[in-house]
Amino acid sequence: MAFEGLAERLQGSMKKIKGKGKVSEQDVKEMMREVRLALLEADVNFKVVKQFVKDVRERAVEQEVMESLTPGQQVIKVVNEELTQLLGGEQSKLNTAQKPPTVVMMVGLQGAGKTTTTGKLALHLRKKHNRKPLMAAADIYRPAAIKQLETLGKQLNMPVFSMGDQVSPVEIAQKAVEQAKEEHHDYVLIDTAGRLHVDENLMGELSDIKEATKPDEILLVVDSMTGQDAVNVAESFDEQLGITGVIMTKLDADTRGGAAISVKAVTGKPIKFAGMGEKSDALEPFHPERMASRILGMGDVLSLIEKAQTNVDEDKARELERKMRTNELTFDDFLDQLAQVKDMGPIDELLQMMPGANKMKGMKNLQVDDKQIAHIEAIVKSMTKEERDNPSVLNASRKRRIAQGSGRNIQEVNRLIKQFEEMKKMMKQMTGMQKGKKKGGFKMPFM
Amino acid sequence: MSFFKKLKESLSTQTEQVTEKFKGGLSKTRDSFVGAMNELMMEYRTVDEEFFEELEDILIAADVGVNTVMELVDELREEALRRNIKDSVNIQPLITEKLSELLVRSEQETKINMQDGELTVILVVGVNGVGKTTSIGKLANKFKQEGKKVMLAAGDTFRAGAIEQLEVWGERTDVDVIKQQAGSDPAAVMFDAVQKAKSRGADVLLCDTAGRLQNKVNLMKELEKVKRVLTREIPDAPHEVLLVLDATTGQNALSQAKIFKEVTEVTGIVLTKLDGTAKGGIVLAIRNELDIPVKYVGLGESVDDLQEFVAEQYVNGLFADIIEDAEAREESS
Repeated sequence: MAFEGLAERLQGSMKKIKGKGKVSEQDVKEMMREVRLALLEADVNFKVVKQFVKDVRERAVEQEVMESLTPGQQVIKVVNEELTQLLGGEQSKLNTAQKPPTVVMMVGLQGAGKTTTTGKLALHLRKKHNRKPLMAAADIYRPAAIKQLETLGKQLNMPVFSMGDQVSPVEIAQKAVEQAKEEHHDYVLIDTAGRLHVDENLMGELSDIKEATKPDEILLVVDSMTGQDAVNVAESFDEQLGITGVIMTKLDADTRGGAAISVKAVTGKPIKFAGMGEKSDALEPFHPERMASRILGMGDVLSLIEKAQTNVDEDKARELERKMRTNELTFDDFLDQLAQVKDMGPIDELLQMMPGANKMKGMKNLQVDDKQIAHIEAIVKSMTKEERDNPSVLNASRKRRIAQGSGRNIQEVNRLIKQFEEMKKMMKQMTGMQKGKKKGGFKMPFM
Repeated sequence: MSFFKKLKESLSTQTEQVTEKFKGGLSKTRDSFVGAMNELMMEYRTVDEEFFEELEDILIAADVGVNTVMELVDELREEALRRNIKDSVNIQPLITEKLSELLVRSEQETKINMQDGELTVILVVGVNGVGKTTSIGKLANKFKQEGKKVMLAAGDTFRAGAIEQLEVWGERTDVDVIKQQAGSDPAAVMFDAVQKAKSRGADVLLCDTAGRLQNKVNLMKELEKVKRVLTREIPDAPHEVLLVLDATTGQNALSQAKIFKEVTEVTGIVLTKLDGTAKGGIVLAIRNELDIPVKYVGLGESVDDLQEFVAEQYVNGLFADIIEDAEAREESS
């Protein structure tokens, strides 16, 4: 990743205060400068940063940090807590109308991802909440926007209401709601055209749609890579329309996503969903505490744990742990591990969630391709049972056979065997360390 | 001759129309930036640490980028000390000058690498939603008006409706679109397009690609392959790889540029949606931190609002009022 996280930024100033009995106000000031820069680098709006740093400094000076033995960690903790609170504390759900259908308007700048998100939200409502949504194509301006929604509808098997691009968006929206009532849809998602927040005519059009359809939700779709301008965009959409919530898109990018903070801070409206990938089901409820960690560059450990919990077989894990201790690890266990990791999703996404992963030696430019995993699998699967249980029998002739069987070359086979042996060695060391409870032991990567 | 005089002179060689386009498209940035600067001068009469911190904020607010801002302000601190500038009013021209220098100093090639009498292949890449297809439509229109035979390759076979979107642009600008079905291999589309463009004697082939986030390894590999296919068919193609960046993007724009450059050897940047934001500062960051020239800037929504980037025009668009002030002062003194 191109940017340093807060933790890395704080390391410099922490070194200086290490060994000092007490932290001076000057030290706190320096740390606050690092906090400020980290947030600015994460694209949090500078005004928001200013207020935020002021709040954190107050808390920091109020003894908490200065009297702590580990002021660096303490600062991170305070910042993390304050950020989480700023981001909205808890998850927030979609509003529903007392009498269906619930009308949801999707608004935002060009290219934020409104149409794609409309499709994702419709699928989310059907899959997770067993609802029957209708999507309405009210973007008559961008070439083929209606076609895009129709194609999405076909892919997802979801009804789309459209009247072509010669009818006013207000009329389309109105008719869509009428049809939803007739056909007993419980949600209508209106996809509107992207527009600049400073375009008075088009903003007026949105007000007209609002007037005509009385939506229960007006969701502002915001590209999470947006820079300082996110504040102005959110402010003007909110002022002119009164948005009820926000969806952050493209959060699967390597952006810190500071725009989320800016938007939340100026509008006070909750962030309800996050777009996490290109697939139609890649829309997740927004978790403020995870976003806070991400903005600070601390990794998304919670999401990683959650993914692991839903995918890892506990019995197998226990068995593996025993084998690690007794150093009986075989290639079969290795294969199992691979399969479990694969179930959790693309490897590079998992790596991104790991704190400090980008700092680890050799990991910085590591690009894991899921195909490589398939190659490794092929190699292991080309081994005989005996070879998997006892890799020491692998001689040149066996290796050649394995290479041929898996369609990989012999160097790759050698590399894998070597890596496996090293892994075994490393595990032995690790388990030994845990048993002996050596001083220090594991360190959190960001401390 | 003073910096601003030189700037004025180079501007006088260009048409009024272009100057107005830049001034119009950048009016948002100019207004907010100049407004903020004036406020700063009012609030801080003397140049001190607080003044510089405030200045940092103003520049960061324009998305100039944290690193660039820190470098710039450090230079200003030294310069102010050296020249013994104490009044904030006297430092304003210096700020403008430093920012302008950043834009003008590097002699980067901003012209498109056109092949005379032969097919020029332009590959257009970028993350999702930055305006690749729209930019291609506008570029097609531009080249067509220059009398060139243009063809488009519908390489975004992934996003729903993307091919149709390019087709609409093909109709509007009256140029042929080479396409296959949605979901087909983009490299195959490119192969096909190059063959057709060659046989029909086209001058320019504009290749659309699906938007992809730069951290998706597989998708970036796909892009690599698309480029490889082009090179295989015409050894020095693509003659240009244009990265489309959305001006509203924050610091991630730098990451985008870096990774796309690694994968596809980007030769130029198209910066879109500049008119909508008050954040034209990203151009400064790109210039300062990356070795990729900005070739086109999107200054509005109409077809002819995609303009060739001219650094002097950009400076003028940003600081027109300040420059005029400085000039007036120079003349009266």
